[in-house]
Amino acid sequence: MRKWIVLALVLSLALFALGCQGATKQTASSSSTVEAKKEAYKIGAIVSVTGPASPLGAPEKNTLLLEVDKINKAGGINGHKVEILIEDDQSDPKNAVTAVSKLLSEGVIAIIGGTTTPSSMAIKPEIAKAKIPQMAMAAGIPITAAPDEWVFRTAQSDAVAVQKVIDYMVKTMKIKKFAILSDQNSFGQSGTEELKKLAPKAGLEIVEVQSYKTEDTNMTAQLTKIKGTKAEALVVWGTNPGPAQAAKNMKELGITIPYIGSHGISNKTFITLAGPAAEGVVFPAGRALVPSSAKGAQAEVINKFMSGYKAKYKDNPNTFAGHAYDAINILADALKTAGSNNEKLRTEIEKTTGFVGISGIFNYTQKDHDGTTLNDMVMVEIKDGKWIEKKATEKK
Amino acid sequence: MHFDQFLQYLISGITSGSIYALIALGFTLIHNSTKLINFAQGEFVMLGGLIAISLYSAAGLPLIIAIPISIILVAIVGIVFERLAIRPLRNSSNITLIIVTVGVSILLKNVAMILWGRDPQSLPAFTGDKPIALFGATITPQALWVIAVTVITVVLLQVFYKRSIVGKAMKASAINPPAANLMGINTSNIVMLSFAMSAGFGAMAGVLITPISMTGYSVGGFLGLKGFAGAVLGGLDNPVGAVLGGVVLGIIESLSIGIIDSGYKDAVAFFILLLVLFIRPSGILGDKVREKV
Repeated sequence: MRKWIVLALVLSLALFALGCQGATKQTASSSSTVEAKKEAYKIGAIVSVTGPASPLGAPEKNTLLLEVDKINKAGGINGHKVEILIEDDQSDPKNAVTAVSKLLSEGVIAIIGGTTTPSSMAIKPEIAKAKIPQMAMAAGIPITAAPDEWVFRTAQSDAVAVQKVIDYMVKTMKIKKFAILSDQNSFGQSGTEELKKLAPKAGLEIVEVQSYKTEDTNMTAQLTKIKGTKAEALVVWGTNPGPAQAAKNMKELGITIPYIGSHGISNKTFITLAGPAAEGVVFPAGRALVPSSAKGAQAEVINKFMSGYKAKYKDNPNTFAGHAYDAINILADALKTAGSNNEKLRTEIEKTTGFVGISGIFNYTQKDHDGTTLNDMVMVEIKDGKWIEKKATEKK
Repeated sequence: MHFDQFLQYLISGITSGSIYALIALGFTLIHNSTKLINFAQGEFVMLGGLIAISLYSAAGLPLIIAIPISIILVAIVGIVFERLAIRPLRNSSNITLIIVTVGVSILLKNVAMILWGRDPQSLPAFTGDKPIALFGATITPQALWVIAVTVITVVLLQVFYKRSIVGKAMKASAINPPAANLMGINTSNIVMLSFAMSAGFGAMAGVLITPISMTGYSVGGFLGLKGFAGAVLGGLDNPVGAVLGGVVLGIIESLSIGIIDSGYKDAVAFFILLLVLFIRPSGILGDKVREKV
């Protein structure tokens, strides 16, 4: 019997290892090339390659490898090759913290990450202690709240997305009352708090606030409560699959008020899951989602990145991949002038102005570590299963 | 609260509740023949849903063929699970075996993630998704499917346990395995059969609920927990009790959203679960606990 137990144990261990293969360290610097004369810049990255946030983290990892490869092929930064050390936090903030100490012991000069708000927040104090720059790729508002000496972000802040939604309701829809349905996770709750804070300032009344658990099978009860109110629109703040479930349930209950989503549904998954119920849903997103909404230099950057990514990975990059692109390239830009000194590097990132990235035109200052503004997001409508820009009516 | 609103909460609760009930049934099946609690039950549901999705959308089979194949495949997974993980350890304590089921659930979840990716997927509703109006409230045809299948299954199970030789043998094996063995019952096969049935029923639940709630690799834990709570609430030994428990749990959740707030939904449901267990430790319809010292 013992051999059976051993066999089962070995089998499960093997499968476990298979599941964790994403956790192994990956370096993009090709070892076959002749050693660069100058010491390589070691950049750490903590992304959620596996686990629930993997649809965000996996493309981010791909992008980092792709961009670093590009930088190195072009001769590196002032002759320094870039070595990227990618750690997978498996969508768990605890692992992200462990990864920080591992990366620090490797001597990284900056850390890109995390993929999610909880991970970014968990590693923020650790990285600040080490006094090296952190480039977060998540949208949670507190990430760049004080103390923010060492943390920057490349995702548009939730605050920007919320303001975009509020502007849309006030200026385009011209409504007064709306209801909120949000996920009970940190993304949904931070969005709800921000909506509650900003709505009264814009003269909007929130008539009902309901929530659900990420994996709830049915939201008709919450929606029934909302149906009984005078709401003129429903704002759903969450990440898949919840918002798709809500869209389907709304149709079942015959609720006809407009559905406004968050940037959490700016992916094809939402359209696939909600099917016909996705039609007419409007949500804020970065311009990369609807490349035609970008103009001039940004359109060029987006198209170039998209075709490069597609050529290498046979898949379209999502907006999260864009956050990784911006993070590594802003860092590379700053390294060009600052070198690897931590203080100089931070000051140089703070001097970033007019950096044309995927998620927007970045302008960091000593006070603003968000970089992007309202202008970097657009309202997008789902029509015939495709994204189109919902143009705001001109201000009077 | 208006009547149509109340009715909608009730329907909403019955819809979620019958999903929980179907999963709860799987728990009673294994518990009835082994006294075990199988924490991989939710993963059977997940596997059933995902296999059916693959057969339907990737292999292009019609639903009527994809569903039984999915159920049979998951039943085979149940058999393999029992042979490889439970049977070699059959002389261990129950708690060891229960921990083994937790391990298997993690294993199945990871394998599913590798095979199907991380995005949840859906199936079309069996008979259209046009909601049916009912006194101002609405119900989807798929919810009616879930309710109907739950009712039919529980009736058939009752007949199976009360009338058929195999069903009686299953009960006997649970109550006293050595004695059942002496009576000529092959308890080892009975345990295997109960795992196969439980996995099959789990898969059926997965297929039925996929059009309603979508299925991804990670839903097993959540659904398993709800099904387990339903089964405990109604009585782990009694299929009728498990179904009742599942439906009651769904209705409590839904009404607590209507009356209190959606944030307290799970708190209210689990508070009532604890209350019931405090008054009736064996669940609403469970057998009285008779432990011999």
